Amino acid sequence: MLDGIFTGLSTAVMPFNLLMVVVGCFAGTFIGMLPGLGPISAVALMIPITYGLDPSSGIILMAGVYYGAVFGGSTSSILINAPGCASTVVTAFDGYPLAQQNQAGKALALAAYSSFTGGTVGALALLFAAPALAKVSLSFQSTDYFALMILGLTAVAAFSGKGQVLKALLMTVFGLMIATVGTDTTSGATRFTFGSIDLIDGVSFLLLAMATFALTEVVMTVLKGEHREEEEQVDMSKLGSMKLSREEIKEVAPTIGRSSVFGFLVGVLPGAGATIASFLAYGLERNLASAKEKLKFGKGSLRGLAAPESANNAASTGSFVPLLTLGIPGSGTTAIMLGALIAYGIQPGPRLFLDHPDVFWSVIISMYFGNLVLLILNLPLIPYISKLLVIPRPILIPMILFFSITGVYLVSFNTFDIQMMVVITVIAIFLKLLEFPMAPMLLGYILGGLMETNLSRALVISDGSLAFLWERPLTLAIISIAVIVLVVPPLLDLVRNRNRTRGPEVAVNEGEG
Amino acid sequence: MFCKTVNKKTLIAAMLTGCLTAGASLHVAAVESIHFLIPGGAGGGWDGTARGTGEALSKAGLVDSISYENMSGGGGGKAIAHLIETADQNHDTLMVNSTPIVIRSLSKVFPQSFRDLTPVAATIGDFGAFVVKNDSKYKSFKDVVAEFSENPRAIKIGGGSARGSMDHLVAAMAFKAAGGDARQVRYVAYDAGGKAMAGLLSGETSILSTGFSEALALAESGEVRILVMTGDERNAAAPDVPTLKELGYDATFVNWRGFFAAPGISDTEKAEFVDTLKKMYQTPEWETVRARNGWVEIFKPDDQFIAFLEQQEKEVGDLMRELGFLK
Repeated sequence: MLDGIFTGLSTAVMPFNLLMVVVGCFAGTFIGMLPGLGPISAVALMIPITYGLDPSSGIILMAGVYYGAVFGGSTSSILINAPGCASTVVTAFDGYPLAQQNQAGKALALAAYSSFTGGTVGALALLFAAPALAKVSLSFQSTDYFALMILGLTAVAAFSGKGQVLKALLMTVFGLMIATVGTDTTSGATRFTFGSIDLIDGVSFLLLAMATFALTEVVMTVLKGEHREEEEQVDMSKLGSMKLSREEIKEVAPTIGRSSVFGFLVGVLPGAGATIASFLAYGLERNLASAKEKLKFGKGSLRGLAAPESANNAASTGSFVPLLTLGIPGSGTTAIMLGALIAYGIQPGPRLFLDHPDVFWSVIISMYFGNLVLLILNLPLIPYISKLLVIPRPILIPMILFFSITGVYLVSFNTFDIQMMVVITVIAIFLKLLEFPMAPMLLGYILGGLMETNLSRALVISDGSLAFLWERPLTLAIISIAVIVLVVPPLLDLVRNRNRTRGPEVAVNEGEG
Repeated sequence: MFCKTVNKKTLIAAMLTGCLTAGASLHVAAVESIHFLIPGGAGGGWDGTARGTGEALSKAGLVDSISYENMSGGGGGKAIAHLIETADQNHDTLMVNSTPIVIRSLSKVFPQSFRDLTPVAATIGDFGAFVVKNDSKYKSFKDVVAEFSENPRAIKIGGGSARGSMDHLVAAMAFKAAGGDARQVRYVAYDAGGKAMAGLLSGETSILSTGFSEALALAESGEVRILVMTGDERNAAAPDVPTLKELGYDATFVNWRGFFAAPGISDTEKAEFVDTLKKMYQTPEWETVRARNGWVEIFKPDDQFIAFLEQQEKEVGDLMRELGFLK
């Protein structure tokens, strides 16, 4: 194995491959920054280029583009509330409020540090444990995914401020409802399509996120009227300091560490991936926070920004475990990369690191360089990138509209999606005016949708028996954690505030139990 | 949409030059242009087939100008409707499709069928295959059938597509041919092939129903064994894998990929498409693309293609009726 690592190291440091790392990271960051254009579009764009390259160089380039896009996606989430890609949707939850509070510079810097740490932790874990981790990725069955999604859904509370609990729950259910549109894989039946062929494929997460965040934000800005524009313009253009204070570093360091490890492990699971990892990490962090800190989530919490940013980068690195060691792609992006590997005549699998040590190890080692490159590339660019906010609104708004809509169209190539975006945006604006939070809907859509498919699959496998909930240790363990997370904090509150009247926390418990 | 305008211009140009040069040149001229209509997004199987074929045709000099247009939606129904609606302006268009067009028109996902288009040719194909984990107790597909006939519910078959679509139907077909009840097949649906494979390796399903070429790649990775495949005869890529027929189960299945032109094109135009595709097989440029993707050639042009589609429609339709997907 050490031989292999050295072969990989010598391949990875070849000037041409180092160039590929830089080119890949740069292209990825750039494409990722454009709202809606994410890693899948970026990697697909690279396919024709990689045909002419060595396998190692080709995969190094594609990997660079992949994590570069995840890295870059956070920028537009933070600055304009228009997620660059699905896995950076959560970044907008706390990143955008920070930017609105004139802390854009700090938010971008923190995102860069978190991404760097997540990516590096991921690369190191790959380097030392990739073959062993393959087993972890296979230990999860449908029932465990179901339990994991339940645990994730307990984070609904994370998205709700005081008095907003009921609204958050309603929005979660709304998201779940949207997730049921389309063909149900377990039964093969189409649901809520109203006879329209365009709804057969359902509503994509990216579309939902772009409509409820980017488009809604833009339209709301226009609706707010022009008299406030100038004032806000000046406000927003203030970058603020990029430096984090010592206390702030102390506050986020454990978050980044936890979320990186957690994100990597979720990324290793073929049924999860970077987007799920970012949602789960955000929820986990909220659950771990003290009651006072909890209120800051969604309003510009540094921890709320650092958690998803470390997790999504660690997870995108983690997704190389099933790809390289088992030949199983966990996401659309890694599926394209698998296609590219096979086109080279290289079959990923347990023997890949013996048969093609140069490819296997060089890709992993290049990720380490890649994350360094991304940090060096991104940090000095922050002041320039945030100049984006100084662009006059009449120019910036059409640009956001253009990129958001094109981005969604370029993934699906279905013009109906554009009409659907408009309809969802209109609904979202109404809901926003009534102060319904959008984040729980996305959470309900993505975790709730997966929860449903995994539950129905588990039921097909178990012949309709729910016994797996207590018979399978892993499932039972995850469910128990979910119950503890739900029940313990309100109980503690109850004990502490005996004299006070029952607070809304109890309502959370009742509503979700 | 810009593709369409370009397309119109090149079409007019093609028609003009066609008129001017008609009869003037006797050597076999290259087709002026082909516009590939892809009913799915970038990076999928249809996309790869169209772009690979286009690459071979263009590099081999068989076609002067190639353009592509992705139009997804409705499991391909959107592109079919578009091709029919705009048939007059789309004489140079080839739409890529595969077995799902038969299944989806049977299950009325979209109202049209292959009869509403001009089938040009099936060009490549893949067989179905059944795969088990290396340490599985099943050594042959016969073992699986034996257990199935005793306790059909004990066999959990995973696949990377919804219930009632290809992976499920191939499994139902195989067990039916083995004398079992197709309705008893316990199919566990995953939303992608990779996830179905992860399900098999995690032990929650016992068999995986998948494409033969995908099965080959998986077997090469060393985690799984291929029990059986659905071709007419054994395949050179894996000479040890028996066919269902050999084991005494009379079932074959080919997932073809091929091309359709707009309805109402002239026979000459159709013949030109067929001729161009036929010539492609002899070119080294095609061989490069084919080898890169591991495609198996199955050339069924024109009438052969139509007969094959009718046959498949009947077989699949009967099976779907039996399974209760059709009334």
